[in-house]
Amino acid sequence: MSMYTEKVMEHFKNPRNMGEIPDADGVGTVGNPVCGDLMTVYIKVKDNRIEDIKFKTFGCGAAIATSSMITELAKGKTIEKAIKITRGDVADSLGGLPPIKMHCSNLAADALHAAIKDYQAKKEAKQ
Amino acid sequence: MDCAAGVPVDSRVLEAMKPYFTEAYGNPSSVHSLGQEAKKAVEEARKRVAELIGAETKDEIVFTSGATEGNNLAIKGVAYRNKSKGNHLITSTIEHMSVINTFKYLQKEGFKTTFVPVDKYGTIDVEALKKTMTDQTILISVMYANGEIGTIEPIKEIGEIAHEKGIIFHVDAVAAEGQLPINVADEHIDLLTLSSNDLYGPKGVGALYIKSGTKIQPITQGGGQERGLRSGTEDVAGVVGMGKAAEIALKEMPSESLRLSKLRDRLIKSVLEKIPYSFLNGHSTKRLPNNANLRFSYIEGESLILSLDMEGVYVSSGSACTSKTLEPSHVLLNIGLKHEEAHGSLLFTFGRQTKEEDVAYVVEILPDIVKRLRMISPLTPKELRG
Repeated sequence: MSMYTEKVMEHFKNPRNMGEIPDADGVGTVGNPVCGDLMTVYIKVKDNRIEDIKFKTFGCGAAIATSSMITELAKGKTIEKAIKITRGDVADSLGGLPPIKMHCSNLAADALHAAIKDYQAKKEAKQ
Repeated sequence: MDCAAGVPVDSRVLEAMKPYFTEAYGNPSSVHSLGQEAKKAVEEARKRVAELIGAETKDEIVFTSGATEGNNLAIKGVAYRNKSKGNHLITSTIEHMSVINTFKYLQKEGFKTTFVPVDKYGTIDVEALKKTMTDQTILISVMYANGEIGTIEPIKEIGEIAHEKGIIFHVDAVAAEGQLPINVADEHIDLLTLSSNDLYGPKGVGALYIKSGTKIQPITQGGGQERGLRSGTEDVAGVVGMGKAAEIALKEMPSESLRLSKLRDRLIKSVLEKIPYSFLNGHSTKRLPNNANLRFSYIEGESLILSLDMEGVYVSSGSACTSKTLEPSHVLLNIGLKHEEAHGSLLFTFGRQTKEEDVAYVVEILPDIVKRLRMISPLTPKELRG
């Protein structure tokens, strides 16, 4: 019996979109290795849509599974829709997380938002 | 390989316990023969526990509900009873929470407490301990060995120092019992905490050795069982189980400890050889036979546990992500590890059921597990990703 749902374990076992995008349009890092969780999300944007997204994560099972899930949720979405994805959406899509993990390891939405903000800032700087 | 968290009750122990649930259900305090039969069994168990630790007489053993109660009784009992002599208590920074939190509780009650530091291997700094002793010191409490990092403490040396100054010496021997030969007389120990489950006995039973003449007062008030030191009807079946477990442990310790220390050394050596940036936590030689605590840079312990769990191997970690408090293990932090280093630690504790092929299996699968998690981690340096 795992403390996690099957869906969490499945994403932990086979994380989607793991890796880096060297020429990413936006990069967002949240967390801190001191606390035990650190996530980086890379996005590639085309015509206002997230065309590609990848992640790298240091952390527990929940941290890795939520990172993987956020890439699935955000891929193909417009920037406006992607920025509305919440921590709750990520947890729900995974069939729930143990209460103790809801705050400390559920940082993936924050990492995505940080990547989008980085993309928007870079875009503004160019204009 | 998470035997420090719990082991099965030995089948021989279970057999010995069985009659005391249904047939011989007497209360040891009763005068009639059913009660006397239970009393006899409890006294027999007391003798076995006394023999395991070299106690002079069985009357120096008080049965408890486990090590937490034993540590509470030893520390509070000595502190309250000897208050008139002094109010200073000494322990170390890597003790079990049942010692640390009892010390903190007594601090609030007005006692002065000192937590002596340990070195990077987890060995208590005896010189620092000496310096903290004052004429107000009434108790030194130190663990025999640390169950998490495996380090064995210089118990005899500390015992000698304590007794030179007339200070009562308490030892929490939970991690060491059944693993190492303990002799309370030789090692100048006044009080010694034991638990039953760590000897393959039932959970919820333990014992406290109290050397004759040690000044201590009870912390529970009631019918005066266990020479007034631990009121409450004895858990007869549990006590019988602990007695049997102690008897088996004493007999099998020499061969079993040798077997486990070979498995331990094989695991440590192979992992350190095969996996770059892996390290041993704790002392390399002054170490419990059943303990291997390893640390892997750039990855986190809970994801290591889950990965091993998927392959049928059960271990634990000092990572914050595996604790109720979301703080990494105080033991790992107090041997000087950084938070991120403590997060990447993995604790293997072996037991009677651990076989050579189990260790070989871990050695086979662990390198790929570490490699995979390092691929996922943004902290991993480039040269390790390939």
